[in-house]
Amino acid sequence: MAFIETLGFGSTGWGGLLLIGALTTLAVTLASLGVGAVLGTLVAWAKLSGNRIAGFVGDAYTTIFRGVPELLVIYLVYFGGSHAVTSAGKALGFEGFLGLPSFLAGAIAVGVISGAYQAEVYRGAFLAVLPGEIEAARAIGMPRLLRFRRIIVPQILRFALPGLGNVWQLSLKDSALVSVTGLAELMRTSQVAAGSTRQYFLFYIVGGCLYLVLTSFSDRAFGAAEAHTGKSFRRGLGRA
Amino acid sequence: MDFPFLIDTLGKLMAALPTTLGLFSLSVTIGGLLAIGIVWMRVSGHFVLERFARAYVFVFRGSPLLIQMFLVYYGLGQFPAVRHSLFWPLLREPFACAVISLALCTAGYTAEIFRGGLLAVPAREVEAARATGMSGFLLLRRIIAPIALRQALPSYSTEIVLMVKSTALASLVTVWEVTGVAQRIISQTYRTMEVFLCAAAIYLVLNFIIVRLIGLWEHRLSRHRRGMPVSSLSKPLQAGGNLGDAS
Repeated sequence: MAFIETLGFGSTGWGGLLLIGALTTLAVTLASLGVGAVLGTLVAWAKLSGNRIAGFVGDAYTTIFRGVPELLVIYLVYFGGSHAVTSAGKALGFEGFLGLPSFLAGAIAVGVISGAYQAEVYRGAFLAVLPGEIEAARAIGMPRLLRFRRIIVPQILRFALPGLGNVWQLSLKDSALVSVTGLAELMRTSQVAAGSTRQYFLFYIVGGCLYLVLTSFSDRAFGAAEAHTGKSFRRGLGRA
Repeated sequence: MDFPFLIDTLGKLMAALPTTLGLFSLSVTIGGLLAIGIVWMRVSGHFVLERFARAYVFVFRGSPLLIQMFLVYYGLGQFPAVRHSLFWPLLREPFACAVISLALCTAGYTAEIFRGGLLAVPAREVEAARATGMSGFLLLRRIIAPIALRQALPSYSTEIVLMVKSTALASLVTVWEVTGVAQRIISQTYRTMEVFLCAAAIYLVLNFIIVRLIGLWEHRLSRHRRGMPVSSLSKPLQAGGNLGDAS
């Protein structure tokens, strides 16, 4: 049973590195969820604003970043970002190539993609808020910002949760593509381990299983969150 | 804007488009056939088959496509038994490996979409068909498949767009399709933005055409649903028209 040693936590084992890789994958995905939440909110706002130019920009954003391969977006951010950093470095007097840190590049690239999907999720959730509730809040004299904070945001978060779960799973799998920038997340670590031990099959299976653990755990987590936020609402399809 | 460079890049990328289209059409066809098999197992009611179908969907939807592709391309070649089998001429080729892994992966997603369509077939339609004496394959071909297909098409077109994007991963197992060529041009010229715009334009046009085609197909499949009166009870003859359309 030699493979137990190769996968173990000893000095010749890859277990520790694989676990760190899995944690890095989680970290990149979390960071990209944050980036995507900011971008997604802005784009959803642009699309809902009713302003023609803002609406066009929002539509263009979601069409481009949902329709173009993720790998291409990662190249855009990584190479484009490194190019920009190098030029900025030259202006400040640094010579030579300066790379964008691969964690940052990965989080931004996956975040930009996730933002396009999140924008649609938030837009759908906003449209699901009953107009009567906003009217009622206005009728009792709630100002705009308070109305947004007390009435709209809590409901959007609840309606958006199932969609956000899907986006999270998508980003988790997209984060594997960040391995092309050299970031030692789960995919890259499996690749390095497979290459240096020549045990390709074993390490890709183990890497895949770790991804399955991550996706099924996050599925559980989102299910629990949905159950938690849904507590105060009536069960079943319709809302009162 | 450097137009000669843009046109030159676009030309180079277009030269790789047949590879992307080949990857896409082969994997969607094979994946669709696999998906039909998986759905059949999933709804067969047989315990082992159903379990297998569930596990298949879980594994292929839960892990990234890239790791599946590397498993097929690098992992399988590790075993002498595979290298000496009659599949080796196929598994040695990066293009074939990319198609196999794309097809296996999309089969998992497509199976769930088809199952959704199948569940949306109203029980009364099946009952009516049975009452007129249809059974078995005829029932499947005339009643269940057309309705299920029509219900599944909108989400299937989303999956198709995802597949167009997924073909980009084949560049990581050395298949030179559009994204691979774009990456090569970027690393040669460092003009990321221009190359990105050209490649993005190709993918967006491709997606637009495919989504339109599926939309047309859906339009055709729901021909009998347009122009249907709001109250179908007042015009019983409308039902005769429906039967004529379905054949």
